[in-house]
Amino acid sequence: MARAATTKSTASRPGPAKAAAARSTRSSKSAKPPEASIDDLVGYYRDMLVIRRFEEKAGQLYGMGLIGGFCHLYIGQEAVVVGMQAAIDEGDTVVTSYRDHGHMLACGMEARGVMAELTGRIGGYSKGKGGSMHMFSREKNFFGGHGIVGAQVPIGTGLAFNHRFRDTDRVSLTYLGDGAVNQGQVYESFNMAALWKLPVIFIIENNKYGMGTSVTRAAAGPSLAERGHAYGIPGKEVDGMDVLAVKAAGDEAVAYCRAGKGPYILEMKTYRYRGHSMSDPAKYRTKEEVNKMRQEHDPIDTLRRTLLDRKVDEDTLKKVDREVKDLVTDAADFAQQSPEPDVSELWTDILVEA
Amino acid sequence: MPTPVLMPALSPTMTEGNLAKWHIKEGDTVSAGDVIAEIETDKATMEVEAVDEGKVGRIEIAEGSEGVAVNAVIAWLLDEGEDADAIPSEGAGSAPAAAEPAAPEPKRADGGGVGPERAPEAPALPGAPAHTSVPVSVPDVDEARFFKDTQRQTVREALRDAMAEEMRNDPVVFVMGEEVAEYQGAYKVTQGLLAEFGAKRVIDTPITEHGFAGMAVGAAFGKLKPVVEFMTFNFAMQAIDQIINSAAKTLYMSGGQMGCPIVFRGPNGAASRVAAQHSQCYASWYAHCPGLKVIAPWSAADAKGLLKAAIRDPNPVIFLENEVLYGQTFDVPTDPDFVLPIGKAKIVRQGKDVTITAFSIMVGKALEAAEKLAEQGIEAEVIDLRTIRPLDVETIVASVKKTNRLVTTEEGWAFSGIGSEIAALMMEHAFDYLDAPVARVAGADVPMPYAANLEKLALPQVENIVQAAKAVCYRS
Repeated sequence: MARAATTKSTASRPGPAKAAAARSTRSSKSAKPPEASIDDLVGYYRDMLVIRRFEEKAGQLYGMGLIGGFCHLYIGQEAVVVGMQAAIDEGDTVVTSYRDHGHMLACGMEARGVMAELTGRIGGYSKGKGGSMHMFSREKNFFGGHGIVGAQVPIGTGLAFNHRFRDTDRVSLTYLGDGAVNQGQVYESFNMAALWKLPVIFIIENNKYGMGTSVTRAAAGPSLAERGHAYGIPGKEVDGMDVLAVKAAGDEAVAYCRAGKGPYILEMKTYRYRGHSMSDPAKYRTKEEVNKMRQEHDPIDTLRRTLLDRKVDEDTLKKVDREVKDLVTDAADFAQQSPEPDVSELWTDILVEA
Repeated sequence: MPTPVLMPALSPTMTEGNLAKWHIKEGDTVSAGDVIAEIETDKATMEVEAVDEGKVGRIEIAEGSEGVAVNAVIAWLLDEGEDADAIPSEGAGSAPAAAEPAAPEPKRADGGGVGPERAPEAPALPGAPAHTSVPVSVPDVDEARFFKDTQRQTVREALRDAMAEEMRNDPVVFVMGEEVAEYQGAYKVTQGLLAEFGAKRVIDTPITEHGFAGMAVGAAFGKLKPVVEFMTFNFAMQAIDQIINSAAKTLYMSGGQMGCPIVFRGPNGAASRVAAQHSQCYASWYAHCPGLKVIAPWSAADAKGLLKAAIRDPNPVIFLENEVLYGQTFDVPTDPDFVLPIGKAKIVRQGKDVTITAFSIMVGKALEAAEKLAEQGIEAEVIDLRTIRPLDVETIVASVKKTNRLVTTEEGWAFSGIGSEIAALMMEHAFDYLDAPVARVAGADVPMPYAANLEKLALPQVENIVQAAKAVCYRS
């Protein structure tokens, strides 16, 4: 069990209070209650459920042959991105690796556009030319979606450099997996980020397996959170299956970065229920291990129980369930109806016309 | 309406599999995410999860069935209030009409494929080769007007001035690299920039090419305009993943959203007596890749005019300099608006008997060779390519139509080199005008040796160009 960060008090955020980037279901963050409001909690529940149902649908469409190539599902890890997204504001940037559908949805990108990219259609965020691993939205400050393990880490550091260069107090959320932590460019980034005190939060999503290799067989040292200690970067292990723990840790890291103190590392102890990609039978772990995580630590079930404990009635949650199901069904329909890109698209977007 | 559960594919190539086991039976209630069955192929066994909730109305395919087609209906789920009578009686085991084929044939633009998929009866047509975009015609610019007022400058000074002028013009331009600030540049190209622009915009990096190249790409995604100096392009191999996979490809992969306005610059090719790891020409490496522009100037004027253009360009630009040229002096326009178009070659010597193409340091050698050829009655036309990608095919073709003979020169290896590309382009665009096979003068196909005599043998010399030109003119 990870050292949870739930008990940590959240630091107040320096700089002007920005309008919350997220949906209207969340209350304003400027008047932060000691405990998350019911509206916040229902918002997190909905956001996590959108990712869960979206990914299940993506898995189904993949099984039908409508999605090709690689398709890495985020099922099980939803609390990480939803909790972190709740900790940031308008103008903060996000970049991640190829297990990216959840990040895009959490950034407020349309489920339709994401699903249509998975099916390789013109209605997708990259007009069908990027696919599952390569999607972007400047409007939502989502900078990809990168297919090379670890490559997004210097890029996220560069986005932080950009925030600093422009004299803003915005931060860069840079996600990486436990598989990426052994890439050299990650440490090149840690070094530069610490050297120049760049506002970047490195969020290591430790789901215990880099493809089929257990983290204990791949990564030396006691803790991934400590991988930045040589550079003076604070690190913290967080229960990544608990959206409130993630949010609390995220608040603390964001405040640290916004105050100009430099980078921060959060190691999210999380778990993916599905294989590395769709064609992975996941023989490297036991069924009991997966079932135990699903039954005892599922982030959505846990939050649902919390909501019921706090007297949110079942009908409210059922209504959310139904809305989410409709949203995902609509996205899947759109993704199948949107046409393939016109053949002329083969030759566009290679260079920006000067 | 009952929801069909379909036989899933484990991979895009799977067409059928075995239904190894059911975890549910008719009448069970399932929720989305529940494991309901196991399927197997010769490669793997996987669990099938329910995507919808409901009651299992009917199981269509029995446990242990082999060769079940992908997308066949294997079971039906009933919604609340439905019963099994609502299940269609036909269609068991067959794909529902709405489902598309499991693995749709990839659609290609006409002739867009290469290799075995390409239709043999679709040869490349002159003027419109199928495998590449149509050569871009860059409008002529009256360069001569800039040369009314000039000053004598080294290539080094011209490059520095180009950066300084663009930094004055645009506050989001910044320079980063090893030793670019306090040391004033490993080759003194960034001399004086720190004093004028300060440490915020002239940034000394650690020796960490992969990291700082990627960081600069991220900054460019944020719409800053980094000028990244590699101490030499040999060290950029550490960073080439970020240059190709991140800088060059992301615009395409993002459907046009993510431009990357960045310049990667530094000395390229052989210096002198620094051996194999420090003496390589990367022109063909980068020119190979769509999404990049590649520039390799020779004169100080071109270095200045093209570096300014590169910094203004909204795309990733590889700017290949040459250490030996840094100290050479040329006339450089003083007009502050002097800038040159990317993609335009320059005829640096007119001639009628043979065309010689060159870039970077080879331009000087080609001009020397032309002098020697003139002494022997052969008038060579020398084209300074200046930009490698997009290549000014028009200018080369026009010259070859006049001279009917072509010698390409480059310091890099011949195999898959720039000369090879030009030779192929001449087959496509000027085949009927060639009176001799295209000759390639290039570096010897060996790692660069250290010994002075061997190094000289490995590098293309003026005499090699003279011999090649005489050979294509059938003169001995």
